[in-house]
Amino acid sequence: MSAPVLWIFLPLALAGLLLLINNSRIVFLSACLFTLFLTLAAWLLPIDTPLTIGGLSFKLVPSVEILGRNLTLTSGDRSFLALVYGSTFFWFIPTASLKIARHLIPLGLATTSMLIAAISVEPFLYAALIIEMAVLLSIPLLTTPQQKPTKGVIRFLIFQTLAVPFILFSGWLLTGIGANPGNLALVQQAAILLGLGFAFLLAIFPFYSWIPLLAEEIHPYVVGFLFWILPTATLFFGLGFLDRYSWLRDAPALPSILTTGGALMVISGGILSAFQRHLGRIMGYATIVETGFSLLALSLGSQTGLGIFFLLLIPRTLSIGVWALTLSILREQAPGLSFEDIKGMGRIWPFAASGLILAILSLAGLPLLAGFPAHQAVWEGLAHSSLPLALWVLVGSLGLFASAARVLSALTSAPEGTNWGTRETRVQRLILGVGSLALLLLGLFPQWALPLWTKLPAIFEHLGQ
Amino acid sequence: MVILNWVMLVLAIITATGLLFSRDWRWSLGLLAVQYLIVFWMVQAHWPVSMAAVKLVTGWMACAVLGIAQLNARTERRPENIWQQGRLFHTFAALMVLVATFSLSLRVENMLGLSLLITWSGLLLIGLGLLHLGITSDSYRVVIGLLTVMGGFEVLYAAVESSALVTALLVVVDLGLALAGAYFLNIAQEKLP
Repeated sequence: MSAPVLWIFLPLALAGLLLLINNSRIVFLSACLFTLFLTLAAWLLPIDTPLTIGGLSFKLVPSVEILGRNLTLTSGDRSFLALVYGSTFFWFIPTASLKIARHLIPLGLATTSMLIAAISVEPFLYAALIIEMAVLLSIPLLTTPQQKPTKGVIRFLIFQTLAVPFILFSGWLLTGIGANPGNLALVQQAAILLGLGFAFLLAIFPFYSWIPLLAEEIHPYVVGFLFWILPTATLFFGLGFLDRYSWLRDAPALPSILTTGGALMVISGGILSAFQRHLGRIMGYATIVETGFSLLALSLGSQTGLGIFFLLLIPRTLSIGVWALTLSILREQAPGLSFEDIKGMGRIWPFAASGLILAILSLAGLPLLAGFPAHQAVWEGLAHSSLPLALWVLVGSLGLFASAARVLSALTSAPEGTNWGTRETRVQRLILGVGSLALLLLGLFPQWALPLWTKLPAIFEHLGQ
Repeated sequence: MVILNWVMLVLAIITATGLLFSRDWRWSLGLLAVQYLIVFWMVQAHWPVSMAAVKLVTGWMACAVLGIAQLNARTERRPENIWQQGRLFHTFAALMVLVATFSLSLRVENMLGLSLLITWSGLLLIGLGLLHLGITSDSYRVVIGLLTVMGGFEVLYAAVESSALVTALLVVVDLGLALAGAYFLNIAQEKLP
């Protein structure tokens, strides 16, 4: 068997099968067990090395050929596979209690496997097309039969599709630059096209207007899943460019471009989040801030920057996951997610309310929470190069702190005499408790993520050295 | 051959501009189908006809998908207000795109190693497709705009890339866009009582 068959084609086939099954319990159980199996397989099974279990000997071949090109997953990719499928497993667990298993799981699993395919395709430029296919697959996730396609969905589709021509053309120019590195005009053209392509794909300022719209219009858990998986895959795709083209990696303008893009996202996203009155929109802006932090981490250059970039991944997944879950629980009970709709709900939904506040504060970088170590490292790195910039980025994070304070105020401002209680189900309490505890523990003991964190750079041949 | 290229360029101008003005979905799909014929013609200048024919078949399949979805829709779609009010503006904007893409194609033709006519056709489709995306918020028209942009891109990209896998992936993306358009039409319809 080949590794791409195991981690790409089998999940894709299962996703197709699950689409046909009406029983949500079967969908939920089979997807959770399968993603757990894929995570463990990524963690334990070597690729391209013969393995004997009992009397059975087998080897996972790293490549599979399709139409003259290859999908390749090497041993270096195993940590990434474990991260993605492990996170997908945790994303799927609450779907049963939210009653969205049939809606999210089949297409979510298909989207995940497509994004793994995007990372593994050779030549890697074709990943832009595979990401577009994943985007198209996610369209039914973002719409329901009762709802016309919203403005956010339309913009999402337009921006993601427009990224494809830019990235493919820039890839062609980059190949030309490899043969003729002295051609500055070509370098400039390639850089502009690449920049525009990633600006669309990653929703970099000013092309992020669809994020708060989607976050307001669509089910928070579904949108949270996409806000986690799409930027993660796209960022790894972007790192692939840096890994393969040394002139791009060493370009003197690269750090300033990344810093400008990242800082604009953190500052604008953070400040705008402070003025929102809808919990979903605040989550959307927080996602923008997080993408900005990833760009800022990369702008720090060298191994430190890359290390911080990887350090951001797990706390982000956890925080967005808890945030999306709490919003989904509140949305089931409240008429909407605006401040007026959730007023005083903290008294009767304390687990959801506290999980929500912890998730916002974690993404804001509050000390002792999961997001703090990575955010602090970014602030410190920026302060070394430019103190004013570090202060501006801090202003962006303060915007999220302000949002947390406003959300807390809305959740607790119940009328006089309202009694405290807990209306979450036992399963919801358990999941929220574990998630909140993980946010705290990962802040206190960030070294627990070390096994994954140290292995992730192996995905990249040059950046990881 | 050159004369036919000129004919195709004129057709590209007519179809892409026609898509901007058309309010009847039947006309829109007809124009889109002709547009895919143009894409096929421009692509076959660099690819074997058998490979280029994939673009034609895919495009017409996309038109068929959108057409069937429209036929299944229970009500006629109402035109957007902005369309009726901005006819003069759209004409002017289309002319601007025409001039801008001609100017750009003079610079790009050498870079891509394409003839001026093919380069202009590709850029024109991209430009008018983007204009289309900029002036509409209707999901069905957005999909038509995206297919126009992708068609123009495929004309240009065919000159630099002839991989079978890329062709296959682009086919999936085009059909995926058409399916998304059909899906949008159907869910919009299901909202009706």
